[in-house]
Amino acid sequence: MPSWNIIQAVNDALRVEMRRDPRVVVLGEDVGKFGGVFRATLGLIEEFGADRVIDTPLAEAGIVGAAIGMAMYGLRPVPEIQFSDFIYPAFDQIVNELAKLRYRSGGQYSAPVVIRTPAGGGIKGGHYHSQSPEALFIHTPGLQVIYPSNPYDAKGLLLSAIRSDDPVIFMEPKRVYRAAKGDVPEGDYTIPIGEARVVREGRGMTVIAWGAMLHEAEQAVGQLPELDAELIDLRTLWPLDIEAVVGSVSKTGRCAIVQEAPRTCGFAAEIAALVQERCFPRLEAPIARITGWDTPFPYALENDYLPLAPRILHKLRELKDYEA
Amino acid sequence: MQPLHKLETPPLPREILLRIYREMVRLRTLDERMMTLQRQGRVGFYGACTGQEAATLASAIALEKSDWIFPALREGGAMLLRGFPLVPYLCQIFGNAGDETKGRQMPSHMASKSVHQVSWSSCIGTQLPQAVGAAMAAKIKGDRTVVAAYLGDGATSEGDFHVALNFAGVFKAPVVFICQNNHWAISVPSSKQTASESIAIKAQAYGFGGVKVDGNDAVAVHAAVKQAVDKARSGGGPTLVECETYRIGAHSSSDDPTRYRDEREVEQWRKRDPLDLLRGRLQSWGIWSAREEDELRAKVLEEVNAAIAEAEKKPEPPRESLFEDVYSVLPWSLREQREELLASPPAGKTSQ
Repeated sequence: MPSWNIIQAVNDALRVEMRRDPRVVVLGEDVGKFGGVFRATLGLIEEFGADRVIDTPLAEAGIVGAAIGMAMYGLRPVPEIQFSDFIYPAFDQIVNELAKLRYRSGGQYSAPVVIRTPAGGGIKGGHYHSQSPEALFIHTPGLQVIYPSNPYDAKGLLLSAIRSDDPVIFMEPKRVYRAAKGDVPEGDYTIPIGEARVVREGRGMTVIAWGAMLHEAEQAVGQLPELDAELIDLRTLWPLDIEAVVGSVSKTGRCAIVQEAPRTCGFAAEIAALVQERCFPRLEAPIARITGWDTPFPYALENDYLPLAPRILHKLRELKDYEA
Repeated sequence: MQPLHKLETPPLPREILLRIYREMVRLRTLDERMMTLQRQGRVGFYGACTGQEAATLASAIALEKSDWIFPALREGGAMLLRGFPLVPYLCQIFGNAGDETKGRQMPSHMASKSVHQVSWSSCIGTQLPQAVGAAMAAKIKGDRTVVAAYLGDGATSEGDFHVALNFAGVFKAPVVFICQNNHWAISVPSSKQTASESIAIKAQAYGFGGVKVDGNDAVAVHAAVKQAVDKARSGGGPTLVECETYRIGAHSSSDDPTRYRDEREVEQWRKRDPLDLLRGRLQSWGIWSAREEDELRAKVLEEVNAAIAEAEKKPEPPRESLFEDVYSVLPWSLREQREELLASPPAGKTSQ
């Protein structure tokens, strides 16, 4: 089994599915000969040709809008938005069109589009190469949102996403694009959408994370075994694996959620609401949110912005010691 | 006002000309009845096609059955022309259980896969990049399909218009953009939308041809669109057809055009009513009589009224249908919310 990073796993997933399903096309800025600015589509144009690996004009609304039309017509487009910070010109096409098409047509039309987009900070990218906008899309009925943390999940979930009949925002954690390595099976396998993974079992507290921050949370809980933390990698953010979350918090009685996006109205807030609705009698401490700050993403102080392992550990100690 | 371009003999087979005319009369009648029903409180909203019937119908008839339409606000009538039945069409306007799209959208947002007329949103111009994508897909798959993308003059100011025409030009997509320049985007005249000498000329910037046509002359509209469709189908790429027409009525039932435009301008355009122009042509060619006109008007009114009576009887969509079609399968969150709604007291009939 090859040991791959996330980019290689994504690239392989695209190749596997394009070989299997002639309806799959890739489109976006620089995805052709250049293979994408992160090389996630490297080599695809040579194998599948310019009809299926399409370098588009520089217009995100056009990339997503065209993908919607292609999907309506029967293709399975996988557009790439070069950075999730650049997704906003396509926001109307995603939120008002892609997400609502099945509903507004009474189920007659659908657009099975998978929008791949590198997301999150930690690469010295400043405001516009660092944001993590998952909550905006989770808040939009009709979308599925996937945010894997490692190569194995990235490939298996991307294959599931392309086969799904509903649109997917597929966010790739660029901070660990190359750093997160792991064994990835060759050929075809899928990981079901909507299933979280328990990374580490424990009884002292539940720690929930996704994307690049999963690795920070893992480092934090590994440093202090007496936390006895159960670490959950959500992998799919929406639909949320509510059973995994509720089952774990019911067992541990304490819950922390780590997210790198700004705190207010972030996905951690929704998880906290769901947990208190379902686990209220079992909770032994307030639910902790360990998040990015409610500021634009900074260039110079990005490590102070991100909820990295030291800050996570600090908050988890407080959570452990909390007594009502 | 330009005079009608004279034609000594019919440029199209008699059946096609009469079909266009009959559909124009049916749409005019339908629009009049719907505006009345709206004022009576029986319909929530309505956007009439009045004055633009030639641009809508004589263009749509130039398409083949398998071609696709991405409509804007005033092209619902193209569905009827292409064989969609009147009763479910009206059920969309009533927003009831007889609507194929399950009462999900405001009136005048009808769609049906059966006639390849896709669902559209009220956001202006968003259908245009999608239309280009569908045309690109048809080309990739090697289909003969041509995509017709409709828009108004206001839509030409949107970014999506520029994006769509640019993509269409770059990829030589088999798409025909049909702009109904009706001179008014609600209250803003087309002179405030663009400083270009025409809308058609904008196509040049994207590397393909644009043509401006008398949008109230069904024969001219048909000829221009047919030529563009044939070109697209044979691999010649896109065309922008600007149909110069006029919105005789209000933008919608929520609008009052007397607040922003001169009634004398409307009167000038009434003299170029597309129904009158085509009827004049048909009569001059000796293929339409006053008796046939009377018979058609009576028949169409009867058909429309019977369909209204039948459509209006349908109940509201079932409450639980509110949660269907968000996704292909119902997720746990919507299952819970559906149970919550069904356990709540009924809110009563939706207000109009």
